[in-house]
Amino acid sequence: MDKKNKVTFGTIFFSILSVLWLFPIFVVLINSFKKKTYISKMPFSIPTDKAFVGLKNYENGIKKIGFFQAFGCSLWITIASVAVIILFTSMCAWYITRVKNKATGSLYYLCVFSMIVPFQMVMFTLSKLADMMHMGNPMGIIIVYLGFGAGLAVFMFCGFVKSIPIEIEEAAMIDGCNPLEIFFQVVLPVLKPTCISVAILQTMWIWNDYLLPYLVLDITKYKTIPIAIQYLKGGYGAIDMGAMMGMLVLAIIPIVIFYMFCQRYIIEGVVAGAVKG
Amino acid sequence: MNTKSMKKYGPIFVLPTFAAFLIGFIIPFIMGIYLSFCKFTTVTDAKLVGFSNYLKVFQDPTFVHSLWYTALFTIVSVITINLFAFTIAMLLTKAMKGTNVFRTVFFMPNLIGGIVLGYIWQLIINGVLLYFDRTLTYSATYGFWGLVILMNWQQIGYMMIIYIAGIQNIPGELIEAAKIDGASKWQILRNVTIPMLMPSITICSFLTLTNGFKLFDQNMALTGGAPSDKSQMLALNIFDTFYGRTGWEGVGQAKAVIFFILVAVIALIQLRATRSKEVQQ
Repeated sequence: MDKKNKVTFGTIFFSILSVLWLFPIFVVLINSFKKKTYISKMPFSIPTDKAFVGLKNYENGIKKIGFFQAFGCSLWITIASVAVIILFTSMCAWYITRVKNKATGSLYYLCVFSMIVPFQMVMFTLSKLADMMHMGNPMGIIIVYLGFGAGLAVFMFCGFVKSIPIEIEEAAMIDGCNPLEIFFQVVLPVLKPTCISVAILQTMWIWNDYLLPYLVLDITKYKTIPIAIQYLKGGYGAIDMGAMMGMLVLAIIPIVIFYMFCQRYIIEGVVAGAVKG
Repeated sequence: MNTKSMKKYGPIFVLPTFAAFLIGFIIPFIMGIYLSFCKFTTVTDAKLVGFSNYLKVFQDPTFVHSLWYTALFTIVSVITINLFAFTIAMLLTKAMKGTNVFRTVFFMPNLIGGIVLGYIWQLIINGVLLYFDRTLTYSATYGFWGLVILMNWQQIGYMMIIYIAGIQNIPGELIEAAKIDGASKWQILRNVTIPMLMPSITICSFLTLTNGFKLFDQNMALTGGAPSDKSQMLALNIFDTFYGRTGWEGVGQAKAVIFFILVAVIALIQLRATRSKEVQQ
């Protein structure tokens, strides 16, 4: 009996805490339907008839920052970069784990080293280099992401490849497979859980990244969602709070959808990344 | 393995990643170190000037201020995030209705990007401060605690997930044995649970430490350094030196090198300190 009471007390406590946890998002949501002037004056009140503006904030915001172009841009960069990272870093990691020599060894340690280097260290030179090589477009930035994201991905794949018994690969080789066939038909299927973990971690990073695309992309032509939202402040002096609220809501919606569908993988990815890291 | 045929295929496997790594990391890194000893506005007009950039860094009061501000912020956020995340993880691993829902909710803010987070909390905190006739940019102290709250909201869920995974890995017999020996709840926590959780504690304190030190997006969106750069953290200070003050690019790069060394040293010291407390299972 005593135990049962405790359990319900915990549930009630955490239910309240959960509601509080989501409160900031709820506040942004109600403010997105309010007239600009009412947002900063009374942010916590429900929009009543005088303050209520319907979807006007959304229309304004979408027009001002070109939300749907930004969404497309973010989506392309994220999906393409993650796909490229998964494919090439898993190949690289398998090779440098299986073929041991000085070159592969130093490449591995360089990857580990790159994980602790903060972006500010390379941001100026990287943006200039990308500019010189004409990579300031949604194609070129994929190469930049592969380069800067390689460290963690290679490290995680290497950790997993080490645990695969080499005998399977040797058997495939005796059967006459070349290394490419071995990798794609034998190794890659075994690596699938790690691929998902790496994909989740890289997606969370690239989708939300602000500084790298801001410096590398030609932002007069291409904006990602974080850049577009920051632009709402920078480009127009005083912030249009109405449009800002609307755009914040639109920026959160895709994340919530992604979370609902991939929740299990996200949590597993975080744990896997932490154990390997 | 048959190394001969493997060698022939080497370039196919390694070259794409290596080439991108060269462009995206190695060349910018080496150039960055070189340029920190130069005066330049673009990369092509660099002139060696020795250590003068580094001297200027420490004569720049905004840098020294942002360094202390960042250090203090990191200490406070590492302690609060880990304490709350650990407590919530302990409670959520007890048998209780709805634990999965709660975990889902707490983790959610982590997926929201730094810029969006910054503007969400700007609205909330300014809304609360309205009752005191103040705004977030009134003083750097408000910006400081605003950032602490924001980072707690964002990261508690992430660290909680790692702690939960760690707690679930502790063999139940261990706790049972301690109970039979008559250990109190507090003793079990101190002498069994926490030592067994050291790997998780290492990871979580490492992540919160480096995240706190490298914080940029949230800082820029929440206060942007206002009032007058007093709530500016290191990463934002470096960004400002590069892109907000012409002629200071070299100093910016020198700051970036110092920043890199700081992050590396802190990360290594922290890893060594907590790793040494881990128990072999």
